Amino acid sequence: MLELRGIQKHYNPGTVHELCLFDHFDFTVGDREFVTVIGSNGSGKTSLLNMICGSIPVDGGKILLRGKDITAMPEYRRLKFIGRVFQNPTMGTCPGMTLLENLSLADNKGKPFGLKKGVDAKRFPRYREALRELNLGLEENPDIPVGALSGGQRQALALLMSTMTPIEFLILDEHTAALDPGTAERIMELTDKIVKEKGITTIMVTHNLRYAVEYGTRLVMMHQGKMVMDRSKKGKEQLKTDDILDKFNEISMGYAKERDLQK
Amino acid sequence: MADIITGILEEGLAYSIMALGVYLSYRILNFPDLSVDGTFPLGGAVTAALLQAGVNPLITLPVSFFAGAAAGMLTGWIHVKLRVRDLLSGIVMMTALYSLNLRIAGRANVPLFSRETIFDNAFLDKWVPAGVRPFLAVFLLFLIGMAMKRLMDWYLGTKSGFLLRAAGNNEALVTSLAKDKGTVKIIGLSISNAFVALSGCLYCQKSGFFEISTGTGTMVIGLASVIIGLKLFQKSTFVKATTAVILGSIVYKACVSAAISLGMAASDLKLITAVLFLLILVASNGRKGKVTANA
Repeated sequence: MLELRGIQKHYNPGTVHELCLFDHFDFTVGDREFVTVIGSNGSGKTSLLNMICGSIPVDGGKILLRGKDITAMPEYRRLKFIGRVFQNPTMGTCPGMTLLENLSLADNKGKPFGLKKGVDAKRFPRYREALRELNLGLEENPDIPVGALSGGQRQALALLMSTMTPIEFLILDEHTAALDPGTAERIMELTDKIVKEKGITTIMVTHNLRYAVEYGTRLVMMHQGKMVMDRSKKGKEQLKTDDILDKFNEISMGYAKERDLQK
Repeated sequence: MADIITGILEEGLAYSIMALGVYLSYRILNFPDLSVDGTFPLGGAVTAALLQAGVNPLITLPVSFFAGAAAGMLTGWIHVKLRVRDLLSGIVMMTALYSLNLRIAGRANVPLFSRETIFDNAFLDKWVPAGVRPFLAVFLLFLIGMAMKRLMDWYLGTKSGFLLRAAGNNEALVTSLAKDKGTVKIIGLSISNAFVALSGCLYCQKSGFFEISTGTGTMVIGLASVIIGLKLFQKSTFVKATTAVILGSIVYKACVSAAISLGMAASDLKLITAVLFLLILVASNGRKGKVTANA
């Protein structure tokens, strides 16, 4: 499905702060896999997602989607078949437009944005149904601007919007990190439901180890641009939060030791 | 007194189309586009050149409109493709257009009193009774203003218009919708400046001359109209934003007219424009809206 081959990524090239984050990095995601990615800050999780989506360029290597080379394809063209939900709930919706208008926009993804009417009354029942499934009472007043919704409601809407049209790939960038625990739980359940129902291949970056263990079919731990743990289906089922925490600490300790040695 | 009111309405309505253009770029697209200081007189310059050549005055309207659209497109292109900051790409166009406008019009001041205009021609002389003639320009400007307002309302309700609103609201979403946000911006600036140039065309025909300096401060007048209009009618749900902008333009011209009747000289016009704008900005500072935050 998705293949990253020999990826190179440097930050601040040509300066004293030059940092080689990825060096010959390989990563393959199979069809309908739900990969959860964890790792400390600066481990390259978000860079990985940005490179897949085309938000940042790679310095070397290839990105293939279904065997097709998309390395040079601009971000907006890739997002035709990729849905993305960001950490910040404001990124996935338009605050100044109403719920219906937002859904109409999302519903039109992949089609031309011409001079036809922006909202299609015939689609309203479908939108209402989709809103009802979120179970947040949003279907009651679909004509209020999205800016008036809470962060959790907006994130639920963003999730709905990004999966409204048929997409091949869903990218979740710490999409529950900015929410309170209760809401985060709900968004996570909703995510799981959508991913399973539609059978979308998914990569989810999270800081919540429990989510990483509970959800998904494969778990990857990143550290300094490398995969330090990769458990797919069987291995993942036996995995417990504590095991990951141990590994996590081990890496951090190792890192601290390395740092001390350098001093 | 009646003369003053007609004058205010004429000016307010002629400038309201420009204000609609500024509303589109500044409020909807969130792009402070200074090229309007050049595209407003561009409309006038094109009109002056065409009228001097003896072209039917009705032709000047679409020609100005498309000239403005082309200039706006260029501003967008400079910003998007050459990656120049929004304010600077507007300044580049504004400066370049000054010379271009002089070339098009021939010189800095072109009187058109002897020429037929859409407000003064043989056809109207024949069919419009003398009694209503003083209000003819107001009536025609009202019709054109309403038509342009309708056009903008319609466009903002289309899928393309939705994308434009999204681009001003949240650029990331446009990319998520698999659309190039740069193209959307170029389209928006093109439409915005088309409105501004059409406004310049009407203003030039109404006043009976082309004057290069009319462009200076266009952006300020447009912004003031937009802010006044939206501020005055923010609580009323039945007044659309576009209607509010048109009314704001008329209110603004009334304020300027009042300042002049209080004893200011006509040469103080730009000073009045600037001070009024400042007062409006300060007055609307109480609520930290998007406009004040960016102004």
